[in-house]
Amino acid sequence: MAGKVKRDYSLVGESTRIAIETGLASAEWYHTEVPRKTMKELMHRSDSPAIRDTAIWLGAILVSAAAGVYFWGTWWCVPFFFAYGVLYASASDSRWHECGHGTAFRTRWMNDVVYQIASFMLMRNPVTWRWSHARHHTDTIIVGRDAEIAVMRPPDLLRTALAFTGILDFRYSLPALARQAFGKLTPDEKSYVPEMEQHKAVIAARWHVAIYIATIALALTMQSWIPLVLIGGPRLYGTWHMVLTGLLQHIGLADNVVDHRLNSRTVYMNPISRFIYWNMNYHVEHHMFPMVPYHTLPRLHELIRHDLPEPNPSMWHAYREVWPVLLRQLKYEDYFLKRELPPTARPYRGEFHEVNMSAAAE
Amino acid sequence: MADWVEACTVDDVDEEDVIRFDHDGRSFAIYRSPDDEFFATDGFCTHEKAHLADGLVMDDIIECPKHNGRFNYKTGQAKGAPVCVNLQTYPVKVEAGKVMIQI
Repeated sequence: MAGKVKRDYSLVGESTRIAIETGLASAEWYHTEVPRKTMKELMHRSDSPAIRDTAIWLGAILVSAAAGVYFWGTWWCVPFFFAYGVLYASASDSRWHECGHGTAFRTRWMNDVVYQIASFMLMRNPVTWRWSHARHHTDTIIVGRDAEIAVMRPPDLLRTALAFTGILDFRYSLPALARQAFGKLTPDEKSYVPEMEQHKAVIAARWHVAIYIATIALALTMQSWIPLVLIGGPRLYGTWHMVLTGLLQHIGLADNVVDHRLNSRTVYMNPISRFIYWNMNYHVEHHMFPMVPYHTLPRLHELIRHDLPEPNPSMWHAYREVWPVLLRQLKYEDYFLKRELPPTARPYRGEFHEVNMSAAAE
Repeated sequence: MADWVEACTVDDVDEEDVIRFDHDGRSFAIYRSPDDEFFATDGFCTHEKAHLADGLVMDDIIECPKHNGRFNYKTGQAKGAPVCVNLQTYPVKVEAGKVMIQI
């Protein structure tokens, strides 16, 4: 569908205009048929799974931080900060995500509290990111509309590799927070944050910046790196798991389609990663039914898998599958990994998926 | 003068649930609360065009299936981002097992 037009990933540019004109923007997306009664059971909210998991998460954060500080100055602190970093900077992403949807807990304020904490850990403005994620669900991987396309075409492999280190968060997220704290939103941000909400983004950014300034002041006062290793710093050494799992959500798959089976990926993962990632490895299922809480996604997966492409059996398998696709996209950006639907699956608007990729073989 | 229109029977809607009702080119959502009262609102979310009948009813809240925006379906009040605009509500009465809405 993208044809020969070079992709313009700004949200107010040529691709935006094309997406709106062709009906890709705010389109009707495919859904597998699930009986209402079953769907109600799957959507059912409960506080207890998320209270349990949040207690484990925050408890592990406190224990690993305390042990890391206790062993500070010795090599024994390394494994504890390794764990702390992942819990702070990677597990927070899935908490941010689920609580942003309001599905983790039944009780709204619990979702809101964890959402705010996780947003801070991620150096994300809780207001702008709430709206960008809403757009991501409206226009998933629609070029010119989706604000959360992690790997654009042609892929910037250096930038993708750097994402594992968290350096890009310091390069882009912190300056963005500082800019927003001064009341400036970009045209892209203004395109998805309603005007009546924009002042809230400024206030949130000011809170985040104030906490970082206080952390730096504390480090200077204590003449110690510890405050920075505990607050903010984990974005550098603990982001890798978030990127490892999160990149697989859509990387290398089709863009500009209106069927999540074709642009999203479900990957089977080990239990530790699934805890950190809160079952977002069932990503096709999540996009198709964002009302379903993380703890019932495995049930949803079993229920609708007959209508979905075969899941990747492991992260390793998924990365091995997508690597040659990325290399080919360097030369031919229209190339993508075409997901095959099972013979029994219902097709949907295949015209968006029919791209002539013969040039990619050259 | 608004008309009373038959939307469904009381048995068509489960307790703490919602169904869709289309009439005269418009779409509505008919709710049955946990305490067995009926309510009606516009069918589509005020944020983007998703039908609330596919959403989740919890107590007096309807949650939109697309972006999880929440409304109080009894008052129409939007409960926060990503919904900012209230939902239109309609008077409802039950007569002889039929749910009537005034539109």
